[in-house]
Amino acid sequence: MLTIDIQRKMLTADGEKTLRLNVEILDRQLVCLFGKSGAGKTTALRMLAGLTKPDAGIIRFDDKLWFSSAQKINVCPQARDVGYMFQDYALFPNMTVEQNIRYGQLIQNQSEVENLLTLFDLVQLRRQKPLRLSGGQKQRCALARALARKPKLLLLDEPLSSLDEEMRFALQDEILKAHRHLGVTTLMISHDRTEIDRMADFVISIVKGECEVAAFTGRVS
Amino acid sequence: MFGETLLLTAKLAFWTTVILLLIGLPVACFLAYCRFKIKAFVEALISMPMVLPPTVIGYYILVAYSPQRAFGGWLERVFDVRLAFSFEGVLTASIIFGLPFMIQPLQNGLLQLPDSLREASYTLGKSKTATFFRVLLPNIKPSVVTAVALTFAHSIGEFGIVLMVGGNMPGETRVASIAIYDEVQALNYDTANQYALTLFLVSLAILTVIYSVKQKPLL
Repeated sequence: MLTIDIQRKMLTADGEKTLRLNVEILDRQLVCLFGKSGAGKTTALRMLAGLTKPDAGIIRFDDKLWFSSAQKINVCPQARDVGYMFQDYALFPNMTVEQNIRYGQLIQNQSEVENLLTLFDLVQLRRQKPLRLSGGQKQRCALARALARKPKLLLLDEPLSSLDEEMRFALQDEILKAHRHLGVTTLMISHDRTEIDRMADFVISIVKGECEVAAFTGRVS
Repeated sequence: MFGETLLLTAKLAFWTTVILLLIGLPVACFLAYCRFKIKAFVEALISMPMVLPPTVIGYYILVAYSPQRAFGGWLERVFDVRLAFSFEGVLTASIIFGLPFMIQPLQNGLLQLPDSLREASYTLGKSKTATFFRVLLPNIKPSVVTAVALTFAHSIGEFGIVLMVGGNMPGETRVASIAIYDEVQALNYDTANQYALTLFLVSLAILTVIYSVKQKPLL
């Protein structure tokens, strides 16, 4: 279970605001973060990954404390067991698709690399460098890499925003497939209501810095 | 004589470049990613050789080498070394003088990489050192080539600082740029021409490499 109760000051277009997040997420749930641009969705994911430090509060994953302002604990991103997919994918340009995925592994295991290549339909592209990939291919590669370290928590920053509808639909399936296949708790940022309806167990909506658990959707888990 | 001088020139440029690369990588990394109060001052200090006449820095280095001064005296007491008018002394001066030519391209290369590359590597469980050698460094190859070539070419072309710190001792501190001046003074225009042409062609070749690398990123 992921327990989040954090806050952080942010500079927004309407001046300084405090982003407050207070939510509990059960194992294997898929949760969407929803809100206007600049509302603090990316900041929220970054705080969970350890890339941005909250001003105060706690983050606990199972029995591990990742952040606690009271106890002055701030576990570094390397030790948090998260898979993070960046909005720009952040694939390493010097490595091939296969090398990018292998880089993500904590313990080298070629058969698991093969599994991920197959799962995300990347076998034909394994020797390509990211520069030569299309948007959708990059996205699949980034997703496979984020899963390579077998994270307990998967964080996806607007993974599907730049894609056309057909591609988006196919990749929603990929994410659901990965989510089910690997049983990983997932938080993803999305702007698209049909996408949220189709994928999420519930939605966290961030409005004016405050978060609320907005709606439980009808997805069949 | 001609061969010895050219060999010494190449030796000076080679060691300057190797040592500066080892110093420059961590310093560039530190300057690119760390914020601290006197950062602007440190960056300005490193850039000084680009704006000051080499004689100014050469003068200060020469003074510092003097056994009567703190640094020179310490060197003599502890290591029994006198740096003035020796190859090691010229090498040290050349390293100080070459700092901006190595550090600036490396720092700019690192700053141009998206932050997400570093952060992605951290979330994949990799340490800062592993991230530097496996992700950052391979992706700034053109900047590394530029920094190395520029430093090498620049230290081949050094004149003022070598003359101030090293003088003109054959086989020890007499590099090609100084030999040209010396031969002209002695009216040996043929030998001067040989040196000059060699330096011209070598520098042209190095700069051509830099510009061709800039056109085609090595990714």
